[in-house]
Amino acid sequence: MDNKIQTTWERIKDSDIYFSFIKSPTAIISSIILFIIFFCSFFVEFLSPYDPFDPSSLSLMEAFTPPSWTEEGVAKFILGTDGQGRDMLSTILYGSRISLIVGFSAIIFSLVLGVFLGLTAGYFGGKYEMIVMRLTDVQLTVPSILMALLVDGIARGIISRELHDEMAIYVLIFAIGISEWPQFARVSRAATLVEKNKDYVSASTIIGVSNIIIMFKHILPNIMRPVLVIGTIGLALAIIAESTLSFLGVGVPPTTPSLGTLIRLGNDFLFSGEWWITFFPAIFLVILAFSINLLGDWMRDTLNPRLKK
Amino acid sequence: MKTFKFFKILLTFLFVFVSTQSFAKTIKWSMQGDSLTLDPHAQNEGPTTQVSRQVYEALVTRGLDMTIEPQLATKWSTTDPNTWIFKLREDVKFSDGSKMSSRDVVFSILRAKQRTSDFKEYISTVSGVEAIDDYTVKVTTSKPNPILLNQLSNIFVMSRDWSEKNFAVTAQNWDAGQETFSATNAMGTGPFKITLREPNTKTVFKRNKHWWGDMKDNKVTEIHLLPIKNAATRVAALLSGEVDLVTDAPVQDLARIGSSSAHKVNSTAQMRTIFLGMDQAADKLRTGNTGDNPFKKKEVRQALYQAIDIEAIKKKVMRGLSEPAGIITFPGVNGYTKELDARLPYDVDAAKKLLADAGYPNGFDVELRCPNDRYVNDEAICTAVVGMLGKIGVNVSLFAQTKSKHFKELKDNQGDFYMLGWGVPTLDSHYVFHYLYESGASWNKVNFSNSEVDAAIRVMEGEVDLDKRNEAIAKAWKIVKDDISYLPLHHQVISWASKSNVDVPIRPNNEPLFRFASFN
Repeated sequence: MDNKIQTTWERIKDSDIYFSFIKSPTAIISSIILFIIFFCSFFVEFLSPYDPFDPSSLSLMEAFTPPSWTEEGVAKFILGTDGQGRDMLSTILYGSRISLIVGFSAIIFSLVLGVFLGLTAGYFGGKYEMIVMRLTDVQLTVPSILMALLVDGIARGIISRELHDEMAIYVLIFAIGISEWPQFARVSRAATLVEKNKDYVSASTIIGVSNIIIMFKHILPNIMRPVLVIGTIGLALAIIAESTLSFLGVGVPPTTPSLGTLIRLGNDFLFSGEWWITFFPAIFLVILAFSINLLGDWMRDTLNPRLKK
Repeated sequence: MKTFKFFKILLTFLFVFVSTQSFAKTIKWSMQGDSLTLDPHAQNEGPTTQVSRQVYEALVTRGLDMTIEPQLATKWSTTDPNTWIFKLREDVKFSDGSKMSSRDVVFSILRAKQRTSDFKEYISTVSGVEAIDDYTVKVTTSKPNPILLNQLSNIFVMSRDWSEKNFAVTAQNWDAGQETFSATNAMGTGPFKITLREPNTKTVFKRNKHWWGDMKDNKVTEIHLLPIKNAATRVAALLSGEVDLVTDAPVQDLARIGSSSAHKVNSTAQMRTIFLGMDQAADKLRTGNTGDNPFKKKEVRQALYQAIDIEAIKKKVMRGLSEPAGIITFPGVNGYTKELDARLPYDVDAAKKLLADAGYPNGFDVELRCPNDRYVNDEAICTAVVGMLGKIGVNVSLFAQTKSKHFKELKDNQGDFYMLGWGVPTLDSHYVFHYLYESGASWNKVNFSNSEVDAAIRVMEGEVDLDKRNEAIAKAWKIVKDDISYLPLHHQVISWASKSNVDVPIRPNNEPLFRFASFN
């Protein structure tokens, strides 16, 4: 019986991660919410009848329409429209796609950089380790938002204005990524230090496996658990960092707004009764970041039970 | 003993409380932008003049009702059509205590005529100025100038000794980014002096105790100018009591401010018209995609004009607080008529047809430059225009930036398509033509050039027969209106919001005069 080869699905169903997942309502609910958000953001072209990024499709006379359930609302704009007549719901979905792309790219960038530096530092040790770890210490003393502002400022100085709007999103990814990598470097170094003294590593060394193969084929998979946990929580932080930068006006340009840009644009109408222009993007950002955090918490509890108190 | 100590402390607190309530009378004034420079001759721009006006004075000035009144000059006369004699007030002192005399006036007028001055166009007809005695100045003009007093009301008088001591004899070259002492310091004969200057953050005006005039309310001892760029933050600052007066209250928040019993709102038609300019001289648009300049064709300009739904902008962007315009000047200016101010109808189909007739059936690309902290909802107007022009196929990309960069780059001839607003301090059409239509004029960035208009401008400058002069004005307006050299948008309506107990009279040129401010 036990010799039967399991299909992938059966293996997943058999794992303790799956078991822990179906036993945790928080994890299920937050995954469902995230799935809906991801799906809607990435397929918004097919779901929404409006393209808020095409100025010629907008009608100014439809500007400031309140949400549909209020007295002056109209059914075709469920969450109302903003000051240019853009449908809020479509704009939020388009905007969250940009926020998600920036967040994911930034976190992957910092994950690759941090894990590479942490892994090699932990494995080789010596002066190299010292330099890398002091570098992370220095990096950790600079608040990430300041770092991101600095990178953006320098980029604005170097890149010409015509190119800047197109390059803005890459600058943003780099700016956020460069300020988040020390977390990954520290965790992966610590995990590598534990792993490298284990027997399987010693055995590989004795039979003459090269350092690169040992590091990336044998140690890397074993240190990925804590890294993934930080990665998930870091994703929420990256999305919030993106929104903060865009809110401060140094992120993506207003013609292709992200969630932060939308909150900033709506901010002008806070006192004039058009609350929906800033409220919905803000609440959407909160739900998004909150769901990712809950999922991250659950992952930490499952993948890294020792951290549980 | 202990209770006695307690009472002492209590009394101290009470004293501090009462004293701050009754003596320190500061008006905290906020608007979205700051003065660009304190040099009174370097930049002819609204907020810059608003700040200079509190510190500097001119020979004559416009009072609360916008009529010309004596200021540094008590009386004046013309001995012949080209010669003006000004009698100066003899009790005027600068804020450093030195006496003002005719040499300062002569120095200032000549300073404002220098190449680096932005006010040289105001007094281009002044050919000579000399001191006859300590308190008499003779001004000669190259031709009879019926609006000289209007023009002189904007030429501020500086101290010659102070300027010489501080290497500020020439006007700051603002366009070239020059930094001078006079750009960060001000010393004039006006009711206030500047004691602290942090550009874009805080400017403190204190009462000038040497001032010759009377304040309306002597309790007004200090003015703090605190520019706040974000509209919502500015309103929040007003509602929370952090500032007392906002001279550009956002139109969308007037209802909210008005509903507060501790605040009040005043609105008036402003002496300013907002319009868009299109460079018609360049052979090729800098930001275009067609390899030529579509704006050279009148059909294209008219197509853009008719594609703009100004009523929608009025209703949605300006919340009803604007007056759609047909020409780029406003009621009250000599030469304005209702007929001229009529707009071409909004008609998208006609616009599309005009564009196709001109050879651009698929439209073209162009960049629209806008300030984002100068006029009421400037960026929002531009965003709306981008959408409207998109409907006829003109693909406009918006480039909005802060006013100091916007104006500087505009003067460097970097704009194909731009937003500008024009106030007329002299209340005469000549001011509009001289700056915006005359061949090669400093703000004529559409590069309009027409010999008939230029000839009419010469008539406006030299003709003393008012009927003939008005005829020339009417003719010039007809030519430029038919040519559609600019796309007029609207006459601006301004709103000032303040605490109910702070009274600063609103003026159509948006310039507060704090000598008329009072507390009640």
